[in-house]
Amino acid sequence: MTLALSGPLTEEKTRKRFVVPAGIRCAGPILIFLGLGFLAPLLTVLAYSVATPKTFDVFRSFTFDNFTTILSPDNTVWTSFAWSIAFAAMTVILLALVAYPIAYGLNRVFGKWAGLVSIFFVFPLFISENVRLYGWVLFFIKNGVLDGTLKTLGFAGGPDVLFSPGIILFGMVYVYLPFMLFPMTLGLAMVPKDLVDAAADLGAGRLMIWREIELPLAMPGILIGMLLTFVLAAGAVAEAKILGGQSVIMITHDIEIAFTYAQNWPLGSALAVLLMILISGLALFVMSKLDLDRILGRR
Amino acid sequence: MEQIGQKRSRLFIGIWTAFVVLMLYLPILCGALAGLSKGRYFAFPVKIYSTEWWGKTIESFEIHTLIENSLLIAFIVTFVSVVIAFFGALAFARYDWKGRRLYQKFLLLPIFFPQPVLGLALLLWFNSLGISPSWMTAVIAHLVWIVPVVTLVIAIQVYSFDPVLEEAASDLGASRLFILREITLPILWPGIWSGALFAFLLSWGNFPLSLYTAGADSTVPKWLYSKMVAGYTPMVPALGTMSTLAAATLLLLGGGMIALLRKHKQA
Repeated sequence: MTLALSGPLTEEKTRKRFVVPAGIRCAGPILIFLGLGFLAPLLTVLAYSVATPKTFDVFRSFTFDNFTTILSPDNTVWTSFAWSIAFAAMTVILLALVAYPIAYGLNRVFGKWAGLVSIFFVFPLFISENVRLYGWVLFFIKNGVLDGTLKTLGFAGGPDVLFSPGIILFGMVYVYLPFMLFPMTLGLAMVPKDLVDAAADLGAGRLMIWREIELPLAMPGILIGMLLTFVLAAGAVAEAKILGGQSVIMITHDIEIAFTYAQNWPLGSALAVLLMILISGLALFVMSKLDLDRILGRR
Repeated sequence: MEQIGQKRSRLFIGIWTAFVVLMLYLPILCGALAGLSKGRYFAFPVKIYSTEWWGKTIESFEIHTLIENSLLIAFIVTFVSVVIAFFGALAFARYDWKGRRLYQKFLLLPIFFPQPVLGLALLLWFNSLGISPSWMTAVIAHLVWIVPVVTLVIAIQVYSFDPVLEEAASDLGASRLFILREITLPILWPGIWSGALFAFLLSWGNFPLSLYTAGADSTVPKWLYSKMVAGYTPMVPALGTMSTLAAATLLLLGGGMIALLRKHKQA
């Protein structure tokens, strides 16, 4: 492994006795920044979640009241948790089905066009999610693009799909597609073509090659894609607000309400902590199963 | 037989990809049509196309401030994130050090984190530090999410970097700074420019982090959202389309330049 070399500093190392390893020196700025900008905020949320409800007594009071409020049976906040997780799970499944043929195509079918095709998929990432979702509202709304076109063609008009749970799922699949597609493409790139050819020469059927070779070898990339899309969808808010018209309340919406209208920061923090535990736990679990050097370096 | 089956599945993949790409751009197109239709309300088919709302949007003083804020944030985020991420990527992929695996995982956590929650967490943190939210705190919030992304983008380039080159230069007596300037940086330029492009565009389009951390200062995506919730105005699709066109232009220019750099590197 070439990475085992600690860089061109060997000569320098013998000169100075105590030298901070190059890796730590290079990682330093990021670690300090993420310590202050990522870890510290999370700890603040944690501190708020154990503060007295409806106060700003952070770091001064300690109570589990917020959590007992959330977990008590007469509170219905669990429905938004359930919706968020159900939507996230459905999004992951649908996206895996939608993205797999495209990821396969990017690796095996499109050849020199693959670069251009992937730009088509990257580009929407750079347009604000809201703008794109709003485009779907204009498409589906009464007298919108779909409805208007159908009426011009002599039909009764478009289906009434806006502001329903189905359209929220549609919006999530739409917005998070690139986050499934690219890790999946990286994963499929790790499947050696020779291996597939060899299996075919030995008489393995398409399904068997897919199940025994392609899928297991591409799995790390697919897992990253699934994790990314699950996490993003579980934390989504815009789809439900813009397309769904609040027909379903997401957990992120409950958190936001607790922070804004209700002015109950401790309760909102407790909700955020529960979501954080769920998501970070899942992320760390999946990441512990992956070799990032292999996936990113394609080695 | 096998040949025919393969042809058919290739055809399916091609058609499916084309369909998904079409779906990807359909709402963007709808927005463009709405922004170019005359009158206060949108109805399809559009009776009269005009640039009325584009004109009104461009003239609006309020929107100038939004664009200024968004640009300012995006430029600072790009510059700072590329500098930090360059070294971060070396630590990620180049050097072997104790704790590298842990560092790799820690670095990915912000990307895997729901942005609205991250925005609120940062708001609480700034609040307990006594910092009032403004475009400057939004810069920090964007960085928390964008620095890891840019680090990954540059790291992918670093993986293809052969450390032997640096060692050879070092053996020949080149100084650390000389090696960085003459060998490390030139090889990594395509990755660095891709990272910069990502940083700029992701910051330009970011909404959930700006919403909570920019305070009274607004950005283009934040303003668009507030107007969307309030009811229909054709300024929303008009400004949305302009923002899209700006991003497309930048991506074309930047992408072309990066492609040239890669070609130059291979030659």
